[in-house]
Formats: sequence, structure tokens, C-alpha cells
Amino acid sequence: MSTVSKTTNEEVASVVEKPHDTRASFNPNIIAFACHYCAFAAADLAGVMRLTYPTGVKVIRIPCTGKLDHSYVLRAFEQGVDGVFVAGCLVGQCHFLEGNVNAGKRVGHLKKLLESVRIDPARLEMYNLSGSQGPRWAEICIEFTERIRMLGPSPIRIAKEEKNRGKRCDNL
Amino acid sequence: MIIGEQKPIAEIWEMIKGYRRIIVFGCNSCVAVCHAGGIKQAEILASLLRMMAAQEGIEKNVEFLACERQCEPEFIMSQAETLKKQDLVLSIACGVGVNLVSALILDTPIFPGLNTEFYGAVPRAGVFEEVCAGCGNCILHLTGGICPIARCAKSILNGPCGGTNKGKCEISPDVDCAWYLIVERMKHLGTFERLFEIQPPKNWATSTHGGPRRVVIEYIAKLEETEEKKGQGGRSR
Repeated sequence: MSTVSKTTNEEVASVVEKPHDTRASFNPNIIAFACHYCAFAAADLAGVMRLTYPTGVKVIRIPCTGKLDHSYVLRAFEQGVDGVFVAGCLVGQCHFLEGNVNAGKRVGHLKKLLESVRIDPARLEMYNLSGSQGPRWAEICIEFTERIRMLGPSPIRIAKEEKNRGKRCDNL
Repeated sequence: MIIGEQKPIAEIWEMIKGYRRIIVFGCNSCVAVCHAGGIKQAEILASLLRMMAAQEGIEKNVEFLACERQCEPEFIMSQAETLKKQDLVLSIACGVGVNLVSALILDTPIFPGLNTEFYGAVPRAGVFEEVCAGCGNCILHLTGGICPIARCAKSILNGPCGGTNKGKCEISPDVDCAWYLIVERMKHLGTFERLFEIQPPKNWATSTHGGPRRVVIEYIAKLEETEEKKGQGGRSR
């Protein structure tokens, strides 16, 4: 499990992204790409166990994290999503042998791509868990949401909101 | 295979800043194999540029497209209509592709999104190494199939030089000494004695030193010409 401290996040964000005000009421919009065999089952278990986790996490089921394409993640950020995490099986337990390991490499590459367009790479993360780890799923969702809350809205979301505000003003 | 590397996003962004309707044009041959300029990379680059534009608050329409080979007119012309409609075509093929697209699509600027590096081999996934310099006068039969022109930092023909050090080149401990490899290979093949023949100075006129090069296969070129004339005469092909 990788964790990023508040200070590190703020430091990184100040360098990579344009500074912005973190709104206290900010509810991060997060996409989770979850493997059918483990993370999605864990999310299901979390629900059955009646565990609560932030509502901003939207889960997309994929047959294996090896199916994750660069374009899925980039398109999400392009649409203004604040953070994306990918959740796959524990290393060595992938149903397709090494789909989760390949996804890990892809996430590493995507982090560099995001940094090149001034989006903090901490907005993207890869997690590994098994289908029986419902509480861990809830923990990941809470932890990642907190991280994104610290980073604030995505610069693309901010730009889009500003643009829409401008359009509304023009219409008045 | 031609090896290319994508230019840094900041450099590409500076190039395309003033254009609104842009298409990232990939090539699905060599540069797709080296993960730099295929349709996949075109899609990624288009997405990254759209993100940059959104952050800068600039209106840009960035799409992507690819053809099988940007070094042959027929593949480019099949996409010509789409290319002509753009303000800018950002080609992520090698320099050959950029040149040919520029020659065929006259009214649209064609910019390069890649740096074309060298002719390379793929010893293992993700690693590309220069092994041929395309000098136009091959001597690999004399050097055990290892090219001293491309792989020796000095391109010497009667090596090794004094900079060889335990099989490595003096420029870097990561670079093999081509002449060490040649000697070892020739010993293995039992043709070591051939290395005692002194090679005369190389004729570099066949390389880029003699200006742009051209190869014409006459019978094919003539056939094409005849076909074209027939076509112009109104006869169906």
C-alpha cells in the first residue's frame, strides 16, 4: 500500500499544478477501475458488511486490471475527474497470471504522462487487494479520497468550471 | 527498423500553440514498434494535448488518426481528405513520413512530434540499439556481421583503437567495444586471420556525405510510368 503524506502532497501539488484554494466543502470525484475477481468482489463485500466509504468513488468493473488502457485513465482526467485509482489482485494472484503487474507498470507510465501535462501524479494510484478484503476496500476509498481532498479539485475541473462560469456570465 | 522518440510535451505544445484544429497523425510501422508513433501513441498524445488546452483555457480540437506507413503515398492519400481539413497535422512518424506528408498535403503545415533517432534492433522489449548506419557500402562480411561504422564510436575500419578497455569503449563503460566484439566473433568463426588485411579508406560518397541518396529500380519505375500514360489516355487499367 502506498501512502502520501499531507505535506508531500501539498509540496508536489505546488510544484506540478497551479496553486488553488482547497474548498472545505470539496467532494472529490473519483473513478475506481476495479478487477472483477478481487477489488470488485471486495467492494461488494464492503457493501454486504455495511461499511461506509465516500460517495465520490465511482466504480468501473473491468475483467482484469490488465485490460486497463491508457486511454481509459486519460479520458477520465480529460473529463475533469479529480482522481483515479486502479485496484487489482494481490501480486501473484491474478487470474490471468500477470495482468495486475502489467497494470502497475502502466499506472507508473501514466503518472509520468500526467506530470508532463501539469497534473499531479498523486491523483492516480494502483492498489492490490483480494476479494475477501472488504474493509481494506473501504479503507482505500477513504484514504484516497482524503488524499485528493488535500490536493484539491483537478486543474482541468477548475478550468472547465471557470469556462462554464464565464459562459453563464456572458448569457446574463 | 527506424527508431524514434516522442518530443517532450512542452516542446510540442510550443509548436502547436497557435493552431486550433489539429490532428495527430501516427504511423503503424517502425515507430509503432518502438512505442513512439503508432495509433496508440497518437491517441495518448491527442488526449494530453487536449488536457493542456483545457488547462490553458484555449479552444482546441485535437483528434488522432494513423495509417499503415507514412513512407508510401497510397497510405497517406487514403487519409488525404481528413488531413486537408486540419489547421495543422502533427505527424508522429519518422522524418521520412513527415517529409512525404508535407510533399503530398500542400496546403496544411505538417509538424514533427518525434525525434527520429537511428536504424535499430530490439535486443529485448523496450530496448533499442543502433546497429547500422546506412552508409551505403556494406562491409559486414569482413567484420563478422558486426558493423564498426555504427557501433564503433570512431567508425574505424582497422580497429580496435587504444581506447578499448576490457571489451568496453572509452566513451562509456555501458558501450561495448565493437572491435572487441568483432575479434571475438571472428575467432569463434575461425576467420580471425582475415582481420590482418588492411582496409583502405572508406568511400563516404555513398553515405549522406554525397548528398541525398536515391535508388531507382528501372523496370518497376518504367512499368509505373507506362501504366500512368495508359491511364491518361483514357484506357482503364
